Amino acid sequence: MIKRIFAIPLVAVLAATGIVAGMGSLQTYAETSDGGALKSVSDFGPIADTSARSKAIFEEASRVITHPRCINCHPATRSPTQGEDMHPHVPLMNASQSSLGPAGLICSTCHGAENRPVVGSRMKSIPGNAHWSLAPASMAWQGLTVGEICRQVKDTSRNGNRSLADLIRHMGEDHLVGWAWHPGEGRSAPPGSQETFAALIDAWVSTGAECPD
Amino acid sequence: MTYDLLVNGKKYVVDVDGDIPLLWVLRDTIGLTGTKFGCGIAMCGACTVHVDGVPVRSCVMPVADAAGKPITTIEAIGETAEGARVQKAWLDIDVVQCGYCQSGQIMSATALLAANPSPTDDDIDAVMAGNICRCGTYPRIRAAIKLAAAGR
Repeated sequence: MIKRIFAIPLVAVLAATGIVAGMGSLQTYAETSDGGALKSVSDFGPIADTSARSKAIFEEASRVITHPRCINCHPATRSPTQGEDMHPHVPLMNASQSSLGPAGLICSTCHGAENRPVVGSRMKSIPGNAHWSLAPASMAWQGLTVGEICRQVKDTSRNGNRSLADLIRHMGEDHLVGWAWHPGEGRSAPPGSQETFAALIDAWVSTGAECPD
Repeated sequence: MTYDLLVNGKKYVVDVDGDIPLLWVLRDTIGLTGTKFGCGIAMCGACTVHVDGVPVRSCVMPVADAAGKPITTIEAIGETAEGARVQKAWLDIDVVQCGYCQSGQIMSATALLAANPSPTDDDIDAVMAGNICRCGTYPRIRAAIKLAAAGR
C-alpha cells in the first residue's frame, strides 16, 4: 500500500498524461444500452424441465450481473475496479468497512448524486448515484463462476438477509441497480433494461431459484 | 440563475449556470484563487475544498450542489484546529516543492485528521492516494501529517 502510493509519481510523473495512460481503455460509448437485448422469460418456455429452465434463466440474467457496470463494484477485494476492462479504480480506493471509502476520502468526494459530465477529457462523465458505494464484502462477485454468484445471491447470510421476494424487488426497483442502464456518457450499459432483468429474476425465483453448476 | 454560497463564513450571491463546477465559481467569480485546477476530472485532488465539512473535488461538483452549504477553501482552512496544525506542520517539515498541488494536499490532510486524529501509515496512504504530486513530496506529506497528528 505504502509502496503503491509512492509508486504513483513514478509511473505517472507526467501526471496528466499518466492519468490518461491509466485510463487508456476508456472508449466512447453511447449512454443508452449498446449491450443488446436480454432474452425474455417466454424465450425459455421451450425448456420443459423446470430446474433446467430456472438455471438457464439465471444464466441469462448473469449477463447483467457480470457486466462491468455491475461487477466493478462487487470486487474480490475491498477496492473497486472501473472501466470496460475492470482495471483498478483510479485513484486507488479502499472502500473500508463502511463500503463508502476511508474517512477523509469517501466516495462522495468525487461521485455525486447523479452522473456528472466533464469536458475536455477522454473520460466523458463521472458516474454518480445517491447511494454510490461498494457492495459489502459478502457480496463480492469478481472471480466467481455464475453458479457461485447465484448461490451467493440467494444465501441470506451473504445477501443482506434478503428473501427471494426481496431480491426481485431489489433488482427491479433499486435505483443504484438501475443506474447501470443509465451509466453516463462514456460507459456501456448492460443488456436489456432493469424491467426485463427484474422479470428474469422473478421467473428464476418462480421456477425454484435453481443455480447453474 | 443566482445561488447563495457560504464560503469561508462569508455569503456570496453568484449569478452563474448551475452546472458550472464549483471550482470556477470560487476562482473566477468570487476571486479565491488558492484552489487549483489540476486535471478537471477528479483524478488529482488539486481542487479539493470542503463542503459541509466533507472534502470534495470542486472541479466536478456543480455549483448548484454546493449552494446553501458551508464551503471551506484553502484560504480559511487555517482557522480550523486541524487545518492550523496541518499548515504549521507543512512549514516545519518544509513539505512544499513547486506547491501547485499543496492546496489540495492540505485540504485532504485536514479532512483526514478531522475524521481520524491518529492515522496510521495505511490510513494516510488510503486517503492521500487521491492527491497527486508531480514533485513527489509524498514522504514529506506523510511526515507532516504525522507531525500534525502528534501536535494535538
